[in-house]
Parts: sequence; structure tokens; C-alpha cells
Amino acid sequence: MARALINVPKTAKRGQVIEIKTLISHEMETGFRPDRVGKLIPRDIINTFVCSYNGIEVFRADLHPAIAANPFLTFTTVATESGVLDFKWTDDDGKIFAEKANIVVE
Amino acid sequence: MMTDPTSQRRTSRRRFIAGAGALSLALTLRPADATPESMQAAIREVLGNAKLNQGRVKIDVPPLVENGNTVPLSIAVESPMTETEHVKKIHVFNEKNPLPQVATFHLGPRSGAARVSTRIRLADTQDVVVIAEMSDGTFWTASANVIVTLAACNEDVI
Repeated sequence: MARALINVPKTAKRGQVIEIKTLISHEMETGFRPDRVGKLIPRDIINTFVCSYNGIEVFRADLHPAIAANPFLTFTTVATESGVLDFKWTDDDGKIFAEKANIVVE
Repeated sequence: MMTDPTSQRRTSRRRFIAGAGALSLALTLRPADATPESMQAAIREVLGNAKLNQGRVKIDVPPLVENGNTVPLSIAVESPMTETEHVKKIHVFNEKNPLPQVATFHLGPRSGAARVSTRIRLADTQDVVVIAEMSDGTFWTASANVIVTLAACNEDVI
């Protein structure tokens, strides 16, 4: 199972723009690399990342093989209300890796 | 001293054969790359008939990287992020990887700022092109050249 690291501020002021950092362990196999016998290793990458804030999508990324292994993403969002941030990574097999973070907005 | 004309001819012929051999080897070893043309085609697909403007996009990427497998890339777009005026998408393209697309980031008024960063792979020394798609339908672009000493994507598995 892929391991994910997420950095979200625990508390924020209402209306503040907060920076979110995410990192997930994944090979991001490009599909262009030959193995020892010269056969191409099939592609296996995380192709979509979505961040939802209390159920509303605030950021989405479509990824291609040119994203480095263990995809690292940082982006911003406005701290609107206290609640949960949901993070979802989807790979080529349709496997979903999900993670959550809580935020308190004053 | 007199030079033997036949020996000279032989040398040049030998050199020619060696050269031709090296050339064909170089041609067969060349992996299928995205060319600047295929990048242009990918950009065209995003752009449609809209005009591409220079500016408003700032790319932060090291000018010289040792390892193309992980190149830090930060993008900032100058724009208010309100309901009426914001950055909708940020597209990233490259010239010489096997595929021209790198990533597309979807933003909105809830983003608060148009700032993203990630780590990318680069198969060769090349230009990275970033295009920002605004809510008013305009497109803004910037590019950055990166020199790569160790290429990504096509290396053998160790």
C-alpha cells in the first residue's frame, strides 16, 4: 500500500490562503523503460490527484509519466471553514489511495 | 615526401564507412521522442483557436540539473483568484520526453492563489513550457530551458 505524507496547517484564519503539500510513495513506472531482457515494463502511474475541502473539489491534477516517482504536489486553498480535507490519488489500475486531514478555521 | 594517392583514398573511404556506421547506429538508438512538433500539436489541442500570450506565468526550475529523474518545478501565475477572474488550468509541456504532456493542474477561486509545485522527469536538455488558461478564455505562457546531465525515462533498470 502506498504511503502518503500530507502537510496541512492545523489551524488557520478564515480567508487565509494555506499551502498544502502532499507526497505519496509510488513507482510511477513510465512504460518506456526496458527490463533486463529488453522488454518494456508496462506503464503504471498515478494519473489523477484530487483534493476536496468538506466534499467540494478545490484542486485536481492530471499527471503523466513525466511526473517523478513518488509524486510530490503543493498547491494552495482558501481556509473557509473548519472541516476535513480529503486527498485521493488514482492510478492506472483504478486503484485509489485516500488520505484525510483536519483543519480548524478560526 | 610523396604520399601514395591510393592510401589516402583508402583512409577517406574507411573514414566514410566508419562515419556512416556511427550515424546509422545513432539513428537506430534514438528512442521515440516527443519532438517540438508533437509538443506544438499537444499545445494546439489545449489552445484551440485561442491566441497564446507571453507573460503572467513564472516558472521556477533549476537551469542545470544533474539528475533528470527528479527536477523540482514551481509555477506561479499572476492573477486574481476571484469568482469572475481566476486561473482555470495550468498546463505543463516538454519538448523531448517520450510524451509531450507533463501535467495539468485544475484551479479555481477556492485556490486563493495560482501557485503549484511538483517534481518532474526530463529525458534530455530541453525547454519546459507552461500555459495558464484563464477564466476569461485567454492563455498565457512562459518557458524555461533546463540542461540535464543524466536523463530520465529511457534508462535501463538496474
